[in-house]
Amino acid sequence: MPFVTASNQRGSYDVIIVGSGAGGGQAAYTLCMEGVRVLMLEAGRQYTPASESPMFQTPDMAPLGGADTPDKNKGFYDGTVDGGWDVPGEPYVSLPDKWGSHFTWWRARMLGGRTNHWGRISLRNGPYDFKPRSRDGLGFDWPITYDDVAPYYDKVEMLIGVYGGETSLENTPAGPGGTLLPPPKPIVSDYLLMKYAPRFDIPVLPGRRAVLTRAQDHRTVPGKLHPGNTRAQKILAEAMRKRSPCLWATPCGRGCAVAANYQSTTVHLPPALATGNLDIITNAMVYEVTVGKNGRANGVRFVDATTGRHEHATARVVVLGASACESARILLNSKSSQFPNGLGNSSGLVGRYVLDTVGSSVSGQIPLLESLPPLNEDAADGLQVYVPWWLYKQQLAHKLPFPRGYHIEYGGGRGMPSVGTFSGFEWLTGGSYGKKFKEDARRYYGSFIGFDGRGAMVPNDNCYVDIDPNVKDRFGIPVLRFHWQWGEYEQRQAVHMQETFGAVIEAMGGRVRSPVVTDPVKAIAPGGYMIHEVGGTIMGAEARSSVTNRWSQTWDVPNLFVADGGVFPYNADKNPTLTIMALSWRMSDHILDRMRRREV
Amino acid sequence: MTDRRTTIKLVLAAAAAMPALRARANYNDNLEPGASPPGNLRQFEPTMRGYGPDPDLIKAYERGAFWPLTMNAQQRQLAAALSDLIIPADEHSPAASAVGVVDFLDEWISAPYPQQREDRDTVLQGFTWLDGEARHRFEQPFAKLHEAKQRTICDPICNASRAPTDLQRPAQFFATYRNLTAAGFYTTLAGRKDLQYIGNVALTHFDGPPVELLKKLGLA
Repeated sequence: MPFVTASNQRGSYDVIIVGSGAGGGQAAYTLCMEGVRVLMLEAGRQYTPASESPMFQTPDMAPLGGADTPDKNKGFYDGTVDGGWDVPGEPYVSLPDKWGSHFTWWRARMLGGRTNHWGRISLRNGPYDFKPRSRDGLGFDWPITYDDVAPYYDKVEMLIGVYGGETSLENTPAGPGGTLLPPPKPIVSDYLLMKYAPRFDIPVLPGRRAVLTRAQDHRTVPGKLHPGNTRAQKILAEAMRKRSPCLWATPCGRGCAVAANYQSTTVHLPPALATGNLDIITNAMVYEVTVGKNGRANGVRFVDATTGRHEHATARVVVLGASACESARILLNSKSSQFPNGLGNSSGLVGRYVLDTVGSSVSGQIPLLESLPPLNEDAADGLQVYVPWWLYKQQLAHKLPFPRGYHIEYGGGRGMPSVGTFSGFEWLTGGSYGKKFKEDARRYYGSFIGFDGRGAMVPNDNCYVDIDPNVKDRFGIPVLRFHWQWGEYEQRQAVHMQETFGAVIEAMGGRVRSPVVTDPVKAIAPGGYMIHEVGGTIMGAEARSSVTNRWSQTWDVPNLFVADGGVFPYNADKNPTLTIMALSWRMSDHILDRMRRREV
Repeated sequence: MTDRRTTIKLVLAAAAAMPALRARANYNDNLEPGASPPGNLRQFEPTMRGYGPDPDLIKAYERGAFWPLTMNAQQRQLAAALSDLIIPADEHSPAASAVGVVDFLDEWISAPYPQQREDRDTVLQGFTWLDGEARHRFEQPFAKLHEAKQRTICDPICNASRAPTDLQRPAQFFATYRNLTAAGFYTTLAGRKDLQYIGNVALTHFDGPPVELLKKLGLA
């Protein structure tokens, strides 16, 4: 039985994986396909996208028209259950308590974690992104190069299914060909960007998202991913056949009942479970990695949230994939006489160098897009096209007041009307009501566009988590305390976003909804809002200056690994999930090598 | 508990964080860095039961499925009259009240969440002002007035940026009420049809816009 309880787990396992999201899911997949017996512990409940995804439900079927509430922070139909900015009974502390320097932390207590609702944007880090310090002297280099990770990007893209296009642009790599699915057709507002962006020397590329624009090639991909392993090939081919291509409807963030996009629960876990090597305990809140007298990890302690009992599970290897900050929390709470400052923390760097993504947005209204004929523009649910960072040469020549770039996530179109579509409409209508209001709604519907800048962050000493000395969660586990301060580079980058987006909207003949923000402090979204937090168990070349090594293995405990975004020593503008998966696969291959050599 | 401005900022920022891109407000629109941030200790303590963090997402809900509707008959009459003044029947679609917008509004202002409680105060105080104004000027409740008289009352408050100082609160009420009426109306099937929204159907392939349209727009 793959879903087990604390009392009927199968004795000891080869590997315990904490967390079932992108990092944990990928590790379970890679290890189980090679015959490793894995126990996965997930803090939230069992979750089944096939029966629980509200794919075609319309807002009038939901309370409050599906509006955001404190119970469902991204709307009633968002795929996240038992999660959000606040999880009842699981507080955290944010210091100092003032606007601009607090941090909000999105969690999802459910099988598959945050992969169930994420945006599916899947961009590769480029060569510069792994060696930023070598390029401009700031932050930290990774102890690995793009070439080390590229084969794993290839494999992850083929496994999960990512659409995109070829590119030869600087630091914007694509695979060798054949790893990406075809991109979706652009919609009208995308063509608008494709017309006007070149006037600013801004490139527009096909978007890249983990959405199946056609069925996966189940005949050739399994052989490429699992050479010589016919059982794994058969299991993967079967899993791929069960996934449907995109239906060109309903937001991905609700979850996908037909598995047309990537969620750990629809892509990583089914084949891992089909091997018979994976057991999963849900409602298992892990709080400590236990260590034997030899200084090696021998298991984890967790609270069974359904019974309140404290349990212990044992294994030869422990992998933390609980999310960057939650994994740091587990390590800091794993104190013993051998490790009085927490486990893996001889450097004192567990929890340090937490990073997020710079976010800033400008929206506008475009007269050219008014009163269009009816068009189905649900398309791929966004990012049919995107803009990669384009000013590398200017940065290298120190012509910009910030060292690292951003990409642009752009959107528009005649999407399904929501409760907010015509809120605050007076800036266009002058306050109309009556028949004129209905005419205005018809006229302006579909004529809005939005630019979201998503930028790189240079690590700084002011952004970290530690354990709050007083506050505990409902399980009695000490909670995290966040410390946050954007650097000036990030703030200036956000201003550049604002000014650029405003200029492009005006060139399009449009009006910005509110004036572009040129105050650096005001232009940037607060920490955590982008839900891209990484770092806290950063990897590096030396034990004194990092928590994990080039294999995502803790320096202090050789059989303890980190599979989530915690290992990132730098957060490029690229969304982190694809890189988390590539690094988790690479880490898992390393664990397999060590197991075969009987080193763990 | 977070105040309303902070809630709005959080909500808009949350929307901005979603890469699923649709036309929507920009978090910067309401960003006021001097304002009070969320509480030091982040923990939501509901004062009354909402639908919780794990509701059944599959079933279709009746209005008031999670908390009782609270408007009285007089308030519902006023709500219908004002909704229909904002969204009347025309050749494209029925009036707001004909497609359940009063129930939507009632559910909204009866909900236990901070934003909705704030809107409840705004709406009910606005109702009192509106009816008071109607009785004072025309000796009848607002709902009984002919449209021309209703407009005499509403014209000065339909745009907050132009409303005189002493009518700022009624103007804020009218803006909120119009937002909610539009929210209720355009999320119904009738509202979607009015806008000629034709998505939310499964397709085997997606072809993009017709070339003729792109040419006409100068985008081909």
